[in-house]
Amino acid sequence: MKAWVAFWNIMVKDMRTYYLKPPNISWGVLFPLVWIGMFFIRSGLGLESIPDLLPGVMALSILFGTTSVLSVTITFEKKNRSFERLLLAPISLEVLMLAKTTGAIVFGTLNAFVPILIAAFLTDLSDVNWMVIVSAMVLIAVSSTFLGLFIAVSVKEVFEAQTFSNFFRFPMLFLCGLFFPIEQIPMWLRPVSYVLPLTYGVDVLHGSIHQAGHMPLLLNFGLLAAFCAVLFAVSLRNIRRKWIM
Amino acid sequence: MMKEYANIIEVKGLAKTFDGITAVDSISFDVFAGELFGFLGPNGAGKTTTINMLTGLARPDAGSICIGGIDCSRKPRAAQHLIGVVPDESNLYPELTGFDNLCFCGALYGLPKCQRQEKARELLDEFGLTKAADRKFGGYSKGMKRKLTIAAGIIHKPEILFLDEPTTGLDVASARQLRQLIADLHRAGTTIFLTTHYIEEAQRLCERIAFIVSGRIVKIDSVENLLQPLQEKNVVQIICANAKNDIQHKLSESFPDMEFIFSEQNVIRVESGNPILAGAIVRFMEEQGVEVSEARRIRPSLEDVFVQITGIEADVMKKEKEKAGGGKA
Repeated sequence: MKAWVAFWNIMVKDMRTYYLKPPNISWGVLFPLVWIGMFFIRSGLGLESIPDLLPGVMALSILFGTTSVLSVTITFEKKNRSFERLLLAPISLEVLMLAKTTGAIVFGTLNAFVPILIAAFLTDLSDVNWMVIVSAMVLIAVSSTFLGLFIAVSVKEVFEAQTFSNFFRFPMLFLCGLFFPIEQIPMWLRPVSYVLPLTYGVDVLHGSIHQAGHMPLLLNFGLLAAFCAVLFAVSLRNIRRKWIM
Repeated sequence: MMKEYANIIEVKGLAKTFDGITAVDSISFDVFAGELFGFLGPNGAGKTTTINMLTGLARPDAGSICIGGIDCSRKPRAAQHLIGVVPDESNLYPELTGFDNLCFCGALYGLPKCQRQEKARELLDEFGLTKAADRKFGGYSKGMKRKLTIAAGIIHKPEILFLDEPTTGLDVASARQLRQLIADLHRAGTTIFLTTHYIEEAQRLCERIAFIVSGRIVKIDSVENLLQPLQEKNVVQIICANAKNDIQHKLSESFPDMEFIFSEQNVIRVESGNPILAGAIVRFMEEQGVEVSEARRIRPSLEDVFVQITGIEADVMKKEKEKAGGGKA
């Protein structure tokens, strides 16, 4: 019960302090809009291309919504030592880091609803399996958030967190099948695609929105869950090793 | 509950090395339940590293820590429900108000909403911060920040409170007020582990003191016991305008039962086991052409004990005090 009180309050504080600030919300809305607009203009296709674009834009909204804030805020709190206050709380490190990351997961998932809402006005989404879509969105948000956590515990400075985030994020734009299939990527680069969690989340989204998935649904979910577990475990290990020296 | 343990903290052979540099070198000590224990030493002596190991923020390389009967050697964070920590720098959230900061800290220890709000109001009142309760912490003055940080450290009523350099960088009035708050907390039964490099502060507040230098504890005892040997000594301080180079030699020759220490320029400290006749010394010095502006008996202080035990001049501590931007303790 006591751990739950701490968990809830850490999450609510982070949501209020970082995620639900007007600049962050406007970024969450603006970002998918810009991407949709860019691909419309670039492809020159009509509204029928929306189902093709939607999975990629959703995945991007989640990826950038989660990693950009989390990695910076944790690095910032570590730098100004307010993170020490959390480490002194009588809760397990697992609960603490889940509390710190839940805000980002919620924010990232909500971000993905922005392109969905826009698409719902422009095209017919009645065939979409919402249960699978929402599950995939949450798992993509969890894996992206834990990637942000991994980045945050790997750097010391706030600017390093931004740089290191981009080191992961920008290759993901091209390697995870967001806007063109992995089959179009040179053969020698494909193994990299398959070690990135977003590849599997995007595949689920493609499969559910316009029946263009390549891998079995359960395999995608299983691999996404495995990535989440590994990233969280590695991040916790790094915190114990580096921050509780 | 506090009275269950004679020693609320037991430390044996604690050691910590950073990149080949020994920060804490096999120290052992006990802290009694309910006492105000001082950990005194210059900057870099190992005080903060010791606190970090005791509070679970650092993992010891060797040794054992037992807090409130819980063995923390293997699980450094196992006793965190028993402790409150006030770090050397205020580390609350600048974007939250004073009230929200306290409520948040209460929540970290699982206090229910109504209880933490009530306790937060109580503490704000006690620490004279009620008017600033709804102001953001980032806009507080340094003294207010320190007070709120202490309030945050005790909102869950810890059995042991770790205070790391609580008055460093504060003006005289704020430092005095904080010392009063610390004394009140101690009177209320909280065990306090205080690190400081203000010797006078430690003497005024603590019951027992450990001197730590270069990661090693060089002496632990009660303040009375530490002062005892020096109290049998008579001390006179003479301030002159133009101390000559050979005056120390001449004084030692003429007053063989006394020791003359030139600690600062134009300041002579005279120590003796026998009564010191200050008038005779002043007359002698004036005969030698030295202009004496002041001569007064001084009571030996903990500073003298520290200098005697550690060999570190009090000046070093004073300079550190200035470097830290601290007001007079």
